[in-house]
Amino acid sequence: MTKEARDAYRAGVPIFIGYVPAAVAFGILSKGCGISLLESFCFSALVFAGASQFIALNLLMTGMGPGGIILTTLLVNFRHFLMSACLSVKIAKTAKKNIFLMAFGVTDEVFSVLSFKPGPLSSKFVLILESAAYSAWVGGTVAGYVLGGFLPEILTKSMGVALYALLLAILLPEIKQSLKALLIAIASGALNTLLIKLDLLPHGWNIIACIFVTALAGSFLIPGEVKEQAYE
Amino acid sequence: MNNLIPLILGMAAVTYGPRLIPFLLMTGRQLPPRLDAFLKCIPAAAIGALIIPGVFSATPAMPLAATSGMVFTLVFGLWRGGIIIPVLGSVGVTYLILFFAG
Repeated sequence: MTKEARDAYRAGVPIFIGYVPAAVAFGILSKGCGISLLESFCFSALVFAGASQFIALNLLMTGMGPGGIILTTLLVNFRHFLMSACLSVKIAKTAKKNIFLMAFGVTDEVFSVLSFKPGPLSSKFVLILESAAYSAWVGGTVAGYVLGGFLPEILTKSMGVALYALLLAILLPEIKQSLKALLIAIASGALNTLLIKLDLLPHGWNIIACIFVTALAGSFLIPGEVKEQAYE
Repeated sequence: MNNLIPLILGMAAVTYGPRLIPFLLMTGRQLPPRLDAFLKCIPAAAIGALIIPGVFSATPAMPLAATSGMVFTLVFGLWRGGIIIPVLGSVGVTYLILFFAG
């Protein structure tokens, strides 16, 4: 195995660990909503976007029609537009032919790992990492649907912290080197808290507004570079 | 329940579109420095908003449990770095607190 493939698998492990319990929860919940195993599988295999899948189940239960659910999904998942924009400039020239496949796997966590990976992103690294995330998400969904709560409840609950810990662990080397990254991250979290309290924007737009406003303000107001070589 | 496949395909399309379009427009292009500086600030901004305030309801019955898990990640991450131990350790700390105090 090349070093690059090994790095990709290692980067994939924490995402895998974080996704399985969330996917199991989705499988269990979707069964409880009375949808078929095939439909539950298709949700995870074709949409592959955690938060929006849970929201869709909620909206289905309230009796909302497909138009409203699809529109909500667009709003909730539109943050990936900003994330893909950020990643698109880091893609290696040789990887350009694989963008259709790579773009499918841009989740919050995959994005976070990729965005702090030093140097141009090769297809191999991106696709191995995305496959780890995808297999955990789809496999966990089916396992949850078929087996129900096979993990002890307290363990499932505690694994809810894993994805947040992953995001923090990815960010830490960055903020150790760059005060700018620290200021941006804190400002963005503070703004998000405020926007959620105010409850003015439709679901999903709070986070888009936070990313857009804070990144824009950061790029204008705070001098210096956010370095890329921090995450190993 | 009705057939959900059309709904799922619709959701898949509006999720994939925003993920794909920037790659089609921007991959391999030379970007203006302003835009480049903005894009470089997106990771920190995204991660900040993804963590806060969501993490404080990651263990809704007992927010202290998830918060303690994150403190472990923070301390270990700053001290030794890495990803796997900070993540597994945070789950372990959260588990212990939920188990003994929950």
